[in-house]
Amino acid sequence: MRIALIATCIADALFPDVDRSVVRLLERLGHRVVFPTEQVCCGQMHVNTGYLAEALPVVRQHVETFERAEFDVAVAPSGSCVGSVRHQQAMVARRSGDESLAGRAEELAGRTYELSELLVDVLGVIDVGAYYPHRVTYHPTCHSLRMLRVGDKPLQLLRAVEGIDLVELPDAQSCCGFGGTFALKNSDVSTAMLADKMSRVLSTSAEVCTAGDSSCLLHIGGGLTRLRTGVRTVHLAQILASTRDEVAGSVTV
Amino acid sequence: MTTFLGVPTRRLAGPDDEDPLRGSRPFPAAAADAVRDPVLRRNLRRATTTIRAKREHVVSEVADWEDLRDTGSAVKADVMARLPELLEQLESAVTARGGVVHWAADAAEANAIVTDLIRRTGADEVIKVKSMATQEIGLNEHLAEQGIAAIETDLAELIVQLAGDKPSHILVPAIHRGRAEIRQIFLERMADVPPALTDEPRVLAMAAREHLRRKFLSAKVAVSGANFAIAETGTLAVVESEGNGRMCLTLPETLITVMGIEKLLPSFGDLEVFLQLLPRSSTGERMNPYTSLWTGVTPGDGPQEFHLVLLDNGRTNALADSLGRTALHCIRCSACLNVCPVYERAGGHAYGSVYPGPIGAVLTPQLTGLTGGHDVNATLPYASTLCGACFDACPVKIDIPSMLVELRGRAVDAGRGGVPDGWAAAMKAASWVMSGERRWSVAETASRAGRLVAGRRGRISRLPFPLSRWTRSRDLPAPPAETFRQWWARTRGDDDAGPDAGNPPIAGTPAPRPAADGGDRP
Ligand code: SF4
Repeated sequence: MRIALIATCIADALFPDVDRSVVRLLERLGHRVVFPTEQVCCGQMHVNTGYLAEALPVVRQHVETFERAEFDVAVAPSGSCVGSVRHQQAMVARRSGDESLAGRAEELAGRTYELSELLVDVLGVIDVGAYYPHRVTYHPTCHSLRMLRVGDKPLQLLRAVEGIDLVELPDAQSCCGFGGTFALKNSDVSTAMLADKMSRVLSTSAEVCTAGDSSCLLHIGGGLTRLRTGVRTVHLAQILASTRDEVAGSVTV
Repeated sequence: MTTFLGVPTRRLAGPDDEDPLRGSRPFPAAAADAVRDPVLRRNLRRATTTIRAKREHVVSEVADWEDLRDTGSAVKADVMARLPELLEQLESAVTARGGVVHWAADAAEANAIVTDLIRRTGADEVIKVKSMATQEIGLNEHLAEQGIAAIETDLAELIVQLAGDKPSHILVPAIHRGRAEIRQIFLERMADVPPALTDEPRVLAMAAREHLRRKFLSAKVAVSGANFAIAETGTLAVVESEGNGRMCLTLPETLITVMGIEKLLPSFGDLEVFLQLLPRSSTGERMNPYTSLWTGVTPGDGPQEFHLVLLDNGRTNALADSLGRTALHCIRCSACLNVCPVYERAGGHAYGSVYPGPIGAVLTPQLTGLTGGHDVNATLPYASTLCGACFDACPVKIDIPSMLVELRGRAVDAGRGGVPDGWAAAMKAASWVMSGERRWSVAETASRAGRLVAGRRGRISRLPFPLSRWTRSRDLPAPPAETFRQWWARTRGDDDAGPDAGNPPIAGTPAPRPAADGGDRP
């Protein structure tokens, strides 16, 4: 398959190894990855902060970039960016009166998938041939869980990884407190939620906390390193891309 | 009371006359204080965790729960679509059965109507059934100014009233209080408190029971809210757990019910759906212990005078708006509060409104309208991470996250035109940068300066405002030496399509093992 990578602005700028891992993984599975280079961001940050007019040019950039590219399906290593593509981009266009852009955004959204959806639902693969000899706990991010309903697809993929010691995260479905600009606007509540999430992560004695969203991992990882917990945050894509010869680095770069 | 160092205590507030729908501080500031209160954090964590588990259990045993939610949502949508017609139907049904219907456009009108009705009976004391509508209009405070004592009979509401507190939860108004605190409140504020009061729940409940029993027997007037009103028959319904509501609804001579106009259901049969949805969603019970239904007055049985005050107070504003309208579907079950991670940490008082939590964050600004960029209620739509737990829990499927986003958009739009604040400027700049790949690449390169601040650990721990809001509790990784797009350009060239050779095997990579259901389809 010809798969277009939505790098996501945050992984492109801060966690390039997450995107490199997606490329490595999909190529290993025999697919062809394309990267439409004009892409920047899905527009989610603007939308969720209430700047819908400012989101419009960002959404247009995304839609026009991917329209020009040739591919079968698009993938992003992020539940919330795919959530934004599916549930927000057309709304932003429509709110500004651009019905044509809305329709085109919907067409693209129809073939845009989050990584675990792509692997399990579209490519029909659960064992991706990964090797990752670490004790890992998985945090299901809110948008992957409740906007995309990825369910236990990420866990199915993780369970098939060779060498992994996968431990259940207590209270896993409760939000980590990131919430985009919420982390700044309501920094105190965000931190209180983070504290509870970290205490759950630490209770598992895992070395690694993984998730399908770099943004939530930025937040959880930021807290874990600040407190010198010694627990690393690693994106799901990095674990799945790891092999005996090439074990992925941490998202902390 | 003696205070020992290190023992967290909280003072009992005196009564205040603040606006029931607007606090005095923005949400982030009020919530910041709340998260530092260890007693509050513990009380909230315990209470919400318990009730979440109960709700999940009783919901999971209903096979057609999703169908019930869809039906509940559809019935409410129908009610909103024909509200004027249904209200008239209700009015004539209530009147035909000997009740009197009053219309109140706002809180002041509703308070005046109720005060006048009480005055005419000559009573200077009324007993109350727990009611959000009367909280919303600040009825108790208004009556107190007029020399009429309103006594709350719901146990939790009584605790809040005695403490001079505000309710912090729709269903469990004293959720922020632990039992040790409740004992202290009773000892300090309940005139006829038994001296040997302990903090056992049963002992506390018995003390309240003794205290209230005397009031039930002497009161001539009761004031209630309503969970539902049936347009077809003129029947009103109150569901509750304690039975104190039942006493109020049956013992006094005069009953005055204050109800938001959105509480209507078209026909008696609709109760079937809502009496399944409400108790399971709110208290996590299969059925609530007491359901009281009454229609007008019945000679020789129960109150002989019945007044229904129908309250608008901003509701028609919300109704006029296709999105805001769905907030009026709310049946006040409080499930969204109990599952909300922000509510669990911040508690109800931080919202500054009698409607806290996710529903409060969307309903309050719509009821009050926003008076401009500095209205504290403009911070409410931001009191959420948009995690979506409320939407999943809501028995009438109100899409609270989407509504929050829309209301954020409106709050921003309302503030446009003046001097842009820091956020507006930053968002404008980011929009420009993020709508062009060149500009974005330049910004990425510039951010690499962050590597200098990061030091050997590769982590940034201090940044100036507003990013200090991030770094005061979280590190930020140093920007990488090479962004993904640079890596792509370096290793794959400018060719969008990647290497023409198709899929160059990566050295030493083992072949993938296909999934059991047929493997991958390249
Ligand atoms: S919004 Fe839904 S979940 Fe929240 S109180 Fe209302 S009915 Fe219950």
